[in-house]
Amino acid sequence: MQLVTTILLDGLIDASWIFIVAVGLTLIFGVLNVLNLAHGNFYAIGAYVAATVAGWYYASGDNPPAFGLVLMLGSSMLVAGILGPLLERGLLRFLYERDEVILVLVTYALFLILEDATKLIWGVNPYYAYDPYSLFGDLKVYGLTYVGYDLMLIVFAIFAGIILWLGLNRTKSGKLVLAVIHDRDMSSALGINVTRIFVIAFTIGVFLAAIGGAITAPKISVQPGLAVTVVLLSFAVVVIGGLGSIEGAAIAALVVGLSRSLAIHLWPSAELFIVYLVMALMLAIKPQGMFGAVQLRKI
Amino acid sequence: MTNTKIILAATATLAALLALGPFLPGWATFLGAVALAKGITALGLVVMLRSGLLSFGQGLFYCVGGYGAGLLMLWGDVTNAVVLVIAGGLSGLVAGLLIGPLLAGYRKIFFATLTLALSMLVHGALTKADILGGSDGLNLRPPTFFGLEQTTGLSPVFAIYALACVIAVASACLLRIHFRSVRGLLSLGVKDNEIRVEYLGTSVRRAIFENYVVAAFLAGMGGALNALVLGHIDPELAFWTTSGEFVFVAILAGQVSVVAIFVASILLELVRSFSSQHFPNAWQMTLGIFMLTVILFMPNGIGALLQRRRGSKIAQGEAP
Amino acid sequence: MPITRTKRLLSAAISTLSLLGLAQTACAQGQTFKLGIVTFTSGPGAESFGVPAWNSAKMLADAFNQGGQLPPPYDKIGLGGLKVEASVIDENGGTTKQVQELRNAYDRDGYDAVIGYISSSNCLAGAPVAEELKKILILFDCGTPRIFEDNKYRYVFRATAHATMDNVAMARYIAKRKLKSDDVGGINPDYAYGRDNWKDFQQSMVKLNDKAKIKSELWPKFGAGQYGTEISALLQANPQIVHTSLWGGDLQAFILQGAPRNLFKDRHVAIIAADHVFQPLGSRMPNDVLVGARGENGPFAAKSALNDWFVAAYEKQFAGQVPSQAPYRMAQSVLALKLAVDKAAAANGGKKPTADQIADALTGLEWEAPSGRIKMALGDGHQAIQANAIGLTKWNPATKRVEVVEVERFAAECVNPPVNVKSEEWIAQGFPEAKCN
Repeated sequence: MQLVTTILLDGLIDASWIFIVAVGLTLIFGVLNVLNLAHGNFYAIGAYVAATVAGWYYASGDNPPAFGLVLMLGSSMLVAGILGPLLERGLLRFLYERDEVILVLVTYALFLILEDATKLIWGVNPYYAYDPYSLFGDLKVYGLTYVGYDLMLIVFAIFAGIILWLGLNRTKSGKLVLAVIHDRDMSSALGINVTRIFVIAFTIGVFLAAIGGAITAPKISVQPGLAVTVVLLSFAVVVIGGLGSIEGAAIAALVVGLSRSLAIHLWPSAELFIVYLVMALMLAIKPQGMFGAVQLRKI
Repeated sequence: MTNTKIILAATATLAALLALGPFLPGWATFLGAVALAKGITALGLVVMLRSGLLSFGQGLFYCVGGYGAGLLMLWGDVTNAVVLVIAGGLSGLVAGLLIGPLLAGYRKIFFATLTLALSMLVHGALTKADILGGSDGLNLRPPTFFGLEQTTGLSPVFAIYALACVIAVASACLLRIHFRSVRGLLSLGVKDNEIRVEYLGTSVRRAIFENYVVAAFLAGMGGALNALVLGHIDPELAFWTTSGEFVFVAILAGQVSVVAIFVASILLELVRSFSSQHFPNAWQMTLGIFMLTVILFMPNGIGALLQRRRGSKIAQGEAP
Repeated sequence: MPITRTKRLLSAAISTLSLLGLAQTACAQGQTFKLGIVTFTSGPGAESFGVPAWNSAKMLADAFNQGGQLPPPYDKIGLGGLKVEASVIDENGGTTKQVQELRNAYDRDGYDAVIGYISSSNCLAGAPVAEELKKILILFDCGTPRIFEDNKYRYVFRATAHATMDNVAMARYIAKRKLKSDDVGGINPDYAYGRDNWKDFQQSMVKLNDKAKIKSELWPKFGAGQYGTEISALLQANPQIVHTSLWGGDLQAFILQGAPRNLFKDRHVAIIAADHVFQPLGSRMPNDVLVGARGENGPFAAKSALNDWFVAAYEKQFAGQVPSQAPYRMAQSVLALKLAVDKAAAANGGKKPTADQIADALTGLEWEAPSGRIKMALGDGHQAIQANAIGLTKWNPATKRVEVVEVERFAAECVNPPVNVKSEEWIAQGFPEAKCN
């Protein structure tokens, strides 16, 4: 019983983190049909900005620690708000008539540029934001200590998922976004401002990646090298869950989190491989992913 | 250009490249060999691009080819370079035969994503495989060339460069001829409108599968050449960034000219080398900016520049 | 599409770029000693090892060129009287790129020697290239013992001990101090370096303590950064010793995530290569952690005129940064080169020595470095061995530094294999011919 609880709890914590980090990638893909290989870099930028802000905030005297976390998340939102429209209007929009796989190459070039850009701006030294990590205390489950912050992540992920789902399915703009996801040309024909939807969707995608970075910053050392791991993991989740599906990303995150937890507790040598294994199984059984839309062929 | 003219041009190019070889400094010969190996792989990509599919996972076959050749040398004690490169190509071919059927049903971004995923799967598997050296990889011995290397005192790097030239020119020549043939032109049709091609009586799935296998074979040979000139094999060959470079070379070259592919490959290696030397702290950024510039301002690739005298005859994707 | 002016300009620019790339001429040779340093200046290795190593090399090169800065025998000017031109090459980008850069360095840019490589894959691939081109290559950081155990080289050297000694020393410390070690666990990154380290440690533990049993063996992906589940698994298995060869950002994340969960309480976590996280983590580094620094580097360095100079100069030039293992390891490699080139130049009547002369001078060399006395004792005089030290961490609030206490030092011949015995076999046979005090 104890082992089962631990496996479930660990899986849930892992899944929450994976969901927060990966959901932006699937959203950008769903709307713009762009596999954003620079996704990990937005995560890294979110982490760097949050850690920088935290550094200033906590160093300058006795400020309420909880507000620091809010500030961190808010600052990464600001950065995303600037970067998102800038990149979408300044670069991506010139390439929409081109083949969609050219855009993948463009995001790859962006990945290279942003890797060095973050290094040039922040240097190679590590940044920390560990003050918020102890904000939520500890919890003992069957004798094992868990940090409250990690459990808070579960709540945060569920909250984020619900907001996203409600936003897409219950608001007017959200439904417009869904329409664009389903059929871009038809939406345009119906008079929907597809260009504006693109900007909004891309910005939200970047914002989600940055939030992922900001919320992770308290538990890691923010330094060069963050981007690559994140983009690979997000990519695996998106492939498993289906490109463009939020529910898919959530379920896939759960599947990946739980399988990793099972592997680590019961068969540790499989840890490196378990994510790829799940991805391979999904590709073999249903290559569009769990909730992926079937592509219609146009005559 | 008729087929005979193509063959004559190819022979002349080969002779020129081989004659140039001894005058190049060692580092340039190495660069040439690697660029040609990558060019051969990109050539396979263009074969698939002509039918409208972009694979973001050619690194898989590149890696399989490299390991095929490398393991044959280390475990099978084969050192003949020609045999090893063909073995590499065949390893790629077999992998293509296995994976092709799964992929032939998918198009566009799904195809790209699937190939990327499979390539990362192989990367993960090789990293775990301690017997194959794991993430450190394995060192190879210098290959032999029918005993010629002793009699003529050839440096191994030049010998592999020469072999790469031969393979590059031969595949370029053969594919150029193929592109003008019925089967080759059919690929363009597939890209345009698959249903009509089906109505013509051909199997689209088969055409795509054949293209994929050819690309796999070429990438396998490219990987084997890379392995031999480097003297080392490791799982990085299957990493997604390696595949990304092949895609970039194919895009940079455009789909008009086969020669452009090798020019593009050499150009990429030179730019990489140049940025590494002059911007050691920002070489990735330089490379990325170069890629973006090319994509934005040269949508038809270098091939379009080389063919500019042909004027309006060149539509996107139509081989002259 | 008609060719516009822009396209013509662009094609001209590209052609010029390519010609520039080809037309690199080696600058005035013979008057300077061109030294290439290859380490990570981007990517995950940059912060912990790459950039500090380059800093160390740069600092030493400048000091040599000024002359008389270091204590003897390193006080002569330059390398063999020639001014040193040191440049850095980024080790990021894959093995094929690294071999290309190495060939460029030797062939096109006329480098006289290259010191480099943190990644074992690059060490393995680069060594045959230097040998083929008959140029000096000094490996300074990679951990794999395979370089000289699987091959012989004339022009390739490794001026630092390989990773086997880190784990043997750790196991010996645990045995010597009689720390509770019947239940052993490990969390190592799943790639060659992590696997090799765990193998060496596990086998050493079993040899030195018959009751030692492996309770938990975890393999997170390199660069994962999230260790919550692994920490739960370790807490569950509850081993008395937790071995880890995690490094850099991964190690810092592991510590930041594990410490609040009491992973470091009531047991000993044994970190093979730890000193590079001391300064970044500061007071967040838990106490009583078993640590090594891959040699007597950083906090383990014994007091000497050379070490005092090195630490003071480094901290002054690099804004208060304390040198850790990578700068020390680079320093001992650079100093070895200096001694060898000085010696070879002296024997050569003051002229710039050839690669053969430098190779001869380096073979079997013994020299003093900030990390103590180093000997090229293995691999036919090409592979160095050195003493190692293990200790426990203790935060000193007065100096605001993580210090090491309860230090045990192990002689080089105690924790390195003897001549002509492969490391793996040496451990399996129970360390024959080990000379421990």
